[in-house]
Amino acid sequence: MELYELTVHELQKWLAGREISSEEIVKSIFTRINAVDDRVKSFITLTEELALQKAKKVDDIGKYEGIAGIPLGLKDIFCTRGVKTTCGSKILADFVPAYESTASRRLDEAQGILVGKLNMDEFAMGSSTENSAFFATHNPWDLARVAGGSSGGSAAAVAADEVPFSLGTDSGGSIRQPASFCGVVGMKPTYGRVSRWGVVAYASSLDQVGVVSKDVRDNALIMNIIAGHDPLDSTSAVEEVPDFTTVLDGNVKGLRIGYPKEYFRQGVDAAIIDAIKAALLKYEEMGAIVEEVSLPHSEYALPAYYLIAPAEASANMARFDGVRYGYRDFSAENVADMFCQSRDKGFGDEVKRRIMLGTYALSSGYYDAYYLKALKVRRLIADDFTRVFQDYDIIVAPTTPTTAFKIGEQFDDPLTLYMNDILTVPVNMAGLPGMSIPCGFDQGMPIGMQLIGKAFDEATLYKAAYAFEQNTGFHTVKPTLGVK
Amino acid sequence: MALTEKEVEHVALLARFNLSADEKRIFAEQLSSILTYVDTLNIIPTDDVEPLTYILPVHNVFRADEVKPGMPREEILANAPLAEEGQYKVPKIM
Repeated sequence: MELYELTVHELQKWLAGREISSEEIVKSIFTRINAVDDRVKSFITLTEELALQKAKKVDDIGKYEGIAGIPLGLKDIFCTRGVKTTCGSKILADFVPAYESTASRRLDEAQGILVGKLNMDEFAMGSSTENSAFFATHNPWDLARVAGGSSGGSAAAVAADEVPFSLGTDSGGSIRQPASFCGVVGMKPTYGRVSRWGVVAYASSLDQVGVVSKDVRDNALIMNIIAGHDPLDSTSAVEEVPDFTTVLDGNVKGLRIGYPKEYFRQGVDAAIIDAIKAALLKYEEMGAIVEEVSLPHSEYALPAYYLIAPAEASANMARFDGVRYGYRDFSAENVADMFCQSRDKGFGDEVKRRIMLGTYALSSGYYDAYYLKALKVRRLIADDFTRVFQDYDIIVAPTTPTTAFKIGEQFDDPLTLYMNDILTVPVNMAGLPGMSIPCGFDQGMPIGMQLIGKAFDEATLYKAAYAFEQNTGFHTVKPTLGVK
Repeated sequence: MALTEKEVEHVALLARFNLSADEKRIFAEQLSSILTYVDTLNIIPTDDVEPLTYILPVHNVFRADEVKPGMPREEILANAPLAEEGQYKVPKIM
């Protein structure tokens, strides 16, 4: 057993027992990264020197509490003071933030050790990490396939044992979908649960920070650290944060699980439906009550999302004008041309496409027909969930309609690529917590099961996920980093 | 809903892009197909539905109006493409 293979809670035990040092862990992690990352391509930036310095400091102090001395990776969307933050874009290729995001600051203050910044679709727009301005991330289970996105680097790095855990963001499935594709645990908490301060904005009413980990316990203990109100983010919720690890008892007796019939329809692979149905039987065996439910407006979530998210994105992306930071085209002779040319050359195609779409949806004459209509549909989607949660504790569904597809396969057709998010987008529209955990394989590729909870009830999701994980063990199967 | 290249040009102006002829043609095609897809929303009657602009029951969030130190000017300007005498520098505006 190598140190880089261990989970956070295993490393905690070894550190507390003084059997290993943080420096040894960090060295093991970089040995692993150096051995595999030219194939997986999870990282945009590595911070080896800083990581080793901090590990030595933690070892000198010798207080191994919480995540002290444990390595981590951050999606390159989190501003890190003094460490380049590209957001997967050419326009921010040389951007070095002067401040730290709240989520990463909390991990830093808990003495977690940043080993690098992880690849992503440019500005979190995409479902395959092929939209990164730098390179695509490869799926550790089959290097010819995508890792998913937009937090593809965050999921692939954890699956490939390059980091014990990472942070990602999820606006329409960007944590859950790559977690599903890479066979790891991904949690998108309730909107407002984790501060968005210092996280580059994509769609502000949908974006949420979350955790990618090797197992459920790790995910819960990292959520304990990053969740909670932050005065710097006025949209972060003033809600108590329970200790999410205390509910991990494996007991789901009497838990009421609804599975929405709309998530088991055409377009979802038969092997995936079979795996989720088998998981539901497992829950019944463990004493849960499993019943079919209906979320009738599900199919309208994706078209509504592709109006709301681009509309918000078009406003958020307006700040990239070549004036204060980011790429500037110096050939422009006046300021108007400088705006346009900097944006033309700095943004990739998908970002431009969504800015264009959002600008159109918000433009004079179309606002009511598109944007306002989408917001009304959003209400209906949220109401569907509210209704089901009157009688059920959690909802269980597939995370994705297919397993990971081949690199290049869907790249030229934006609409086909958007369909990947059809089962995850409704959760963001309603602001609810959702997580993906491994629940089987189809031709060697991981299948993810999605658990959806009531607002601010991540605890029940962790409880249900832990019970399944401990009774099945899909999380213990590791990828071989080959091509299938 | 089909978008013409002329409309694409107008939207590009609003979004501050100079699109090439190729880009205009491709965007007209792709945006049209996306808009046709989102038109499926029109099936749903929503006349009596209140739009959901924000998911949390939060409206205005206020803090005390106190003077606090801002971020150091030099550090912020270090990311500027061009700066002079503590200020951003841009090409001529008028």
